Amino acid sequence: MVGIVGYGVYIPRWRIKIEEIARMWGTDAEGIKNSLLVEEKSVPSLDEDTTTISVEAARNALKRTPEVHPNEVGALFVGSESHPYVVKPTATIVAEAIGATPYLTAADTEFACKAGTVGIQACMGLVKAGYIKYGMSIGADTAQAEPADLLEYTASAGGAAYIIGENHTLAQIEGTYSYTQDVPDFWRRDGSEYPKHGGRFTGDPGYFTQVINCTRGLMQQLGTTPEDYDYVVFHEPNGKFPLRAAKILGFSTKQVLPSLIVTKIGNTYSGSSLIALADVLDRAKVGNRILVTSYGSGAGSDSFSLVVTDEIEAKRNLSPSVSYYLNRKEYIDYAIYTKFRGQLRGFME
Amino acid sequence: MSIYAVPFHWRRYKERYRLLGTKCEKCGNTFFPLRKICPNCRREGKPVTIELSGKGRVYSFTVIRTPPDGFEAFAPYIVGVIELNEGPRLTSQIVDCNLDEVKIGMPVEVCFRKLRALGKDGIICYGFKFRPADELWKVNSKNRA
Amino acid sequence: MSKATEIPRKRDVAIVGIGATPFGEHWDKGLRELTWDASVAAVEDARIRGRDLELIIVGNMSGGMFVGQEHVAALVADFLGLKPTPAVRVEAACASGAVALRQGYMAVASGLYDLVAVGGVEKMTDVQAGWATSILTGAMDFEWEAYFGATFPGIYALIARRYMHDYGLTRELLAEVAVKNHFHGSLNPLAHFQNRITIEDVLSSSLVADPLRLYDCCPISDGAACVVLAPAEKAKQYTDTPIIIEASTQASDTLSLFERRDICTLDATVEAARWAYKQAKISPKDVDVLEAHDCFTIAEILALEDLGFYKKGEAARIYKEKQAYIGGSLPVNPDGGLKASGHPVGATGIKQVIELVKQLRGEAEGARQVKGAEIGLAHNVGGSGATAVVTILKRR
Repeated sequence: MVGIVGYGVYIPRWRIKIEEIARMWGTDAEGIKNSLLVEEKSVPSLDEDTTTISVEAARNALKRTPEVHPNEVGALFVGSESHPYVVKPTATIVAEAIGATPYLTAADTEFACKAGTVGIQACMGLVKAGYIKYGMSIGADTAQAEPADLLEYTASAGGAAYIIGENHTLAQIEGTYSYTQDVPDFWRRDGSEYPKHGGRFTGDPGYFTQVINCTRGLMQQLGTTPEDYDYVVFHEPNGKFPLRAAKILGFSTKQVLPSLIVTKIGNTYSGSSLIALADVLDRAKVGNRILVTSYGSGAGSDSFSLVVTDEIEAKRNLSPSVSYYLNRKEYIDYAIYTKFRGQLRGFME
Repeated sequence: MSIYAVPFHWRRYKERYRLLGTKCEKCGNTFFPLRKICPNCRREGKPVTIELSGKGRVYSFTVIRTPPDGFEAFAPYIVGVIELNEGPRLTSQIVDCNLDEVKIGMPVEVCFRKLRALGKDGIICYGFKFRPADELWKVNSKNRA
Repeated sequence: MSKATEIPRKRDVAIVGIGATPFGEHWDKGLRELTWDASVAAVEDARIRGRDLELIIVGNMSGGMFVGQEHVAALVADFLGLKPTPAVRVEAACASGAVALRQGYMAVASGLYDLVAVGGVEKMTDVQAGWATSILTGAMDFEWEAYFGATFPGIYALIARRYMHDYGLTRELLAEVAVKNHFHGSLNPLAHFQNRITIEDVLSSSLVADPLRLYDCCPISDGAACVVLAPAEKAKQYTDTPIIIEASTQASDTLSLFERRDICTLDATVEAARWAYKQAKISPKDVDVLEAHDCFTIAEILALEDLGFYKKGEAARIYKEKQAYIGGSLPVNPDGGLKASGHPVGATGIKQVIELVKQLRGEAEGARQVKGAEIGLAHNVGGSGATAVVTILKRR
């Protein structure tokens, strides 16, 4: 059965607190923290971008799979909405950096925050059809948010890489399901510096319609119910949305709370559901069943139902856990944040 | 140098992305960067390309405060001579480390970072840098607060 | 091991004429004018006509990057009005001058030429500081040092940091090198900087590459220097005080600092010095005055050790004992060195030799004269030590 052979994450070490962003704009920090359930977010260094984050995550994934030689990776996809080049793939740089070139297919994907899970589905197909032995999909972002916009409190940086195959899987993928519609809840036109969003419109017509329908659809297809799962992981634009989605679908807070990392690192966009899943894999027991549903504005969701195998014990500790990266942090103020995010006119041009 | 000298940068992608060195199978010494001939054995040597582990220690360091063209945004930054476990030394930046934290002898490991962009329209140059090695990640995640 | 260090020479070579511009910021002078000023002075000092010269050798590191001009030797021969005299440019980063001198020495010693002019020139101040820093990174390993953000001061700072760690050199004692060189510079009318400074001035100057500060670093200067060479047996035609080149040696080492056997030792200096003492049939204690390559304060300390005056790790003693001043047991850089007299890259190697010639002739201005100097040693280094040249001069 096709499944996850290895996984790896990377989160930059800088953090900025909600209080600090609120201080800049004179807003109510406590109010924002309570409504978003976010305390701080990750910020990339000046010399980090989606490519570097993807390479680190990919290398961490390969550390967990000593049986996989990089040149056995037959497909590599990088999903992001902050690819450093608009034209020139991130995927080839990552492939070169991990030694997977030249016998592989590669491409960049974009579907807001679900670009990474799309790549997992593509890899599943190629593996199951027998075209490749292993495929790698990465979801990574250095999310850019307009200063003073509500999204500025959560748009952060991070990434996760998943190696898909049929041998030595640490989690089998029992099934996958997707739900896609054209919903203009969040977008950025070519040439615009910052994305725009539909405010409250992003909620029900956007996130909840796709996530709920997709998750229900997968459970129906597999004949499972919320009680069959030990963990449920959703895309985390803030702390409230996943909790509400869990409630609507009939999951308990116990099932969804463990993976709520957005509180500590913000919304890593294409990395969000994949890093949250990794956090669960870092701790799950053999036989645990996990449901994960991503969400990408525009809009769509991909769901996966996973069962953890006994391979997890040997592989889990071979590269840093999500917890390690959560604890590895240093705070910056808004001035340094502005410098790191390239928001100063004329700087670095 | 013309900022669009792309072949010049591309030529070293594999070496700069993956830390490739030369090992002479005759005398057993390892060299960085790649060499076509072993300086010890010369014609009798057997040089082969290997991928270095990226683990080592800080041999010396400095903080660059007057950067060259293209590196202005990053100043001040740490540049060090790193002694790799396999033997050879190299020069690179040390990152994820405060300026007053770096010390001679500090264990470091390789990471992949952006070196610079060739202007806002040119290609982005990536390569190896080093960060403090931290074996604490082996601690079980149950210890999370 | 290189076999090329013993050159069979047919005859001795003498320096019969010297000329140099002041070093500094010469906004109104380009390569042409700087070259002219130094060359005319040297030719007049040698009591010859330009037309008498048979060969012109020019040391210049980077005419192309600073002022867009390659083919610098052709420019020099042309502007001096000397076509069709052959001219050749020599480049070895900061050792360009001394390597050029060595080519001139070989041309005369071999018997092929009887009158050769060797000069060095650099025009550095047209570009802004950031760009000058970038151009100078060409002296190191560009693909494996500069590419990662290293600067020239950064490379020497890596040496300084390790040296301080291994040998306990203090920041204050290192500052003494700059204080001494500025003191000497204050006595030299051609020096770029003629102000005296204190240890406090050095320690409070801005950081350039920790632990090196502004006053640990030589400046960016314009300037030119020129000497005229002739066979020793004919020298009296040109000058009453010919100075003989007793030894001219050169050695190479790895381009990058990180590939050196020991980053606190310039093996190229050690090798060149070893052969130089052999050729001149002297030992370090016979040297009366030294021009050492002090591109950064730490470089002068390394030089004293690598040239054989002190064991590794012990050269700082000379500063503690204040014996490197004029009048001390070994005057080092009586003209202010690279730090105070300036460092127009291609010209420095020639300027060092000119200072020794003045000292050996007894013609150094006033308080700068080292009394009774008979043997002088000039030491010129390229980059962080990939090239080293040692020249030993004697008044016969």
